[in-house]
Amino acid sequence: MSATDLLSFARSVASGAIRVVDLTQTLTPDFPIIVLPPEFGQCAPFRMEEISRYDGRGPSWYWNNFSMGEHTGTHFDAPIHWVSGRDLPDNAVDSIPPHNFIAPACVLDCSKESATDADFVLTIPFVEAWEARHGRIEAGSWLLLRTDWSKRDGRSYANLQNDGAHTPGPEPEVVKWLVEERDILGFGTETIGTDAGQAQHFNPPFPAHFYMHGKGRYGLQCLTNLDQLPPTGAVIVAAPLKIKQGSGSPLRVLALIESK
Amino acid sequence: MSTPLQRPPRKNPLKRTRQPLLPPGARSRTAHGLTAAAAQGRFALQVCTDCQTVIYPPREACPACLSLRLPFRDVDSGGMLVSETAVRVSPEPYFRERVPWRVGLIKLDAGPVAVAHLHGDAREGARVRLALQLDRSGAAVMLALPDKDTPNMADDSILREMTADPKFRRVLITDGRGAVGQAMAKACADAGASTVFVGVADPWKPFAGEDALKAIAPVEIVPLDLTDSDSVLELAAQDAGRVDIVINTAEYVRPGGILDGQTLIRAREAMELRYLGLMRLAQALGPALRARGADGVNSAAAIVNLMSVHALASWPAYGAFSAAEAACLSASQTLRAELRPGGVKVINVFAGPLDTEWYQTVPPPKVAPSALARAVVGALKRGLEDVFVGDVAQDIRARLAVNPKALERELGEEGDS
Repeated sequence: MSATDLLSFARSVASGAIRVVDLTQTLTPDFPIIVLPPEFGQCAPFRMEEISRYDGRGPSWYWNNFSMGEHTGTHFDAPIHWVSGRDLPDNAVDSIPPHNFIAPACVLDCSKESATDADFVLTIPFVEAWEARHGRIEAGSWLLLRTDWSKRDGRSYANLQNDGAHTPGPEPEVVKWLVEERDILGFGTETIGTDAGQAQHFNPPFPAHFYMHGKGRYGLQCLTNLDQLPPTGAVIVAAPLKIKQGSGSPLRVLALIESK
Repeated sequence: MSTPLQRPPRKNPLKRTRQPLLPPGARSRTAHGLTAAAAQGRFALQVCTDCQTVIYPPREACPACLSLRLPFRDVDSGGMLVSETAVRVSPEPYFRERVPWRVGLIKLDAGPVAVAHLHGDAREGARVRLALQLDRSGAAVMLALPDKDTPNMADDSILREMTADPKFRRVLITDGRGAVGQAMAKACADAGASTVFVGVADPWKPFAGEDALKAIAPVEIVPLDLTDSDSVLELAAQDAGRVDIVINTAEYVRPGGILDGQTLIRAREAMELRYLGLMRLAQALGPALRARGADGVNSAAAIVNLMSVHALASWPAYGAFSAAEAACLSASQTLRAELRPGGVKVINVFAGPLDTEWYQTVPPPKVAPSALARAVVGALKRGLEDVFVGDVAQDIRARLAVNPKALERELGEEGDS
């Protein structure tokens, strides 16, 4: 690609020929976050305190302090997040090679299946059927699972029952297969985690975390607007904050798509 | 009998809200012995150590033997109302808008004669019970109650000036997700509160008892998270003008000391909820409460702050927790001074371990949430300031009064019990 191509790309973004879709949830104090049993350490929710708002605390300026965990809101999971990825090179958000923050995406639409079954699990045959229609998943792509979960209200979004959360996600075999046979860059979901709500009962538990991070791949969760993306052809820009030895980070996730 | 209180009509928006006025509140340091007793609902007067004379009003020396040893002791509160009169004209703005105001002379069985405010059912020539009450200014005063309970006696206008009775008032309970908040909602409803707003944080998380809580008639669930400034401000924007009693039921109990078993994240969470949470709540609702201290039958009346008794004396097995409770208590004391100009009470309710999930491994005695709720409603009805609920809290109060150093050592040797 020449410098001219890059500038024409920028002109296409500016003209709207390339559309930018925001896949990010707004950071608010009441957006659901991961819930662990209370005796474990907990991820901090998003909180904001006003420093000043054109008042006695600062007459001409408005600004805030905020606090949250690395895994609050729409966020990126680095390999170091999981025990299986703890010894890999470049496994934290500050050391991941930055070219990995821009990559194409394959979007699998499981919204119908998820609407009728909150515990829907993605399987290899489901992905193979998708490939039969849209072509083989290109190595180095994000695989994004569209469930329309982001359209739900708080309680049905978290969908916590007495036996834990019930939200869609991948079965163990398909995660291993996506990494080993398709060499994907990472796995992204609309739900609170990349894994299914009941994934602690899978073998291994939390396979999207275990296999993805174990092989140095990434996760994106709490995405929205996946319904606006084509099955293939979107380019994802997802650059986490450069936190020293960070296990992940809230971030703005953008998709670039061709305007129809 | 007292005239039964009527449910207050809706406010006339053309009328100015009456501003709170206070009766004269200055007291000598010695007389604050009465304040201490009134704050806890005890009837204590000075008793001369040397000649046993019971003394009232408080003095520096015994009028009988000139002894300087005059500690306050609980004494018999019975007496006879010898004579009564009604004040019809007063230069004090507070009394001026409340005349006629009955006062009388009571000959106490314990000895002295006292001038006291009179409950409407206290009759000249009849026996009465004297109570030390905190008036609107927070000062201790004598109030003569009828010897035996009379119908609707809590509705008496003078008594109601000195209490924070939930009847016909609107209560906010800050956390209804737990057993304590739910018991509190029930107790306030039973006590005649007209509305019980119950705060629920993270409404996307289901919680035990949710349906039963919603089924309590005057209960209205409101989103409220004391760790989130926005949430508290939103509640205040909606309800600050129509909350008369705030009961802070937020709790954060975690075992672990300062060196062992406690992380900074948890300690910070505790401070966020218990200290900064109280501060958010007070800053958002306090000014409105203070301005509505004389707003008729459902005037703003009290903030109740539930705390562990270990706010007063650290329990090293729960050391970081104790520190957060102590911060909460300190803020609560400041709040008391700041709300006094509005005649709004701050009631600190101390309990030992509760019979709740986070105290699962702690052996009895533990305080049942329903018992704690009863104690809170009782404190509101009596207008107390400091309440010790259950054996552990009572015991620690007593040991603290005798030898704080011994208590510190002993609590340091206690494990998870």
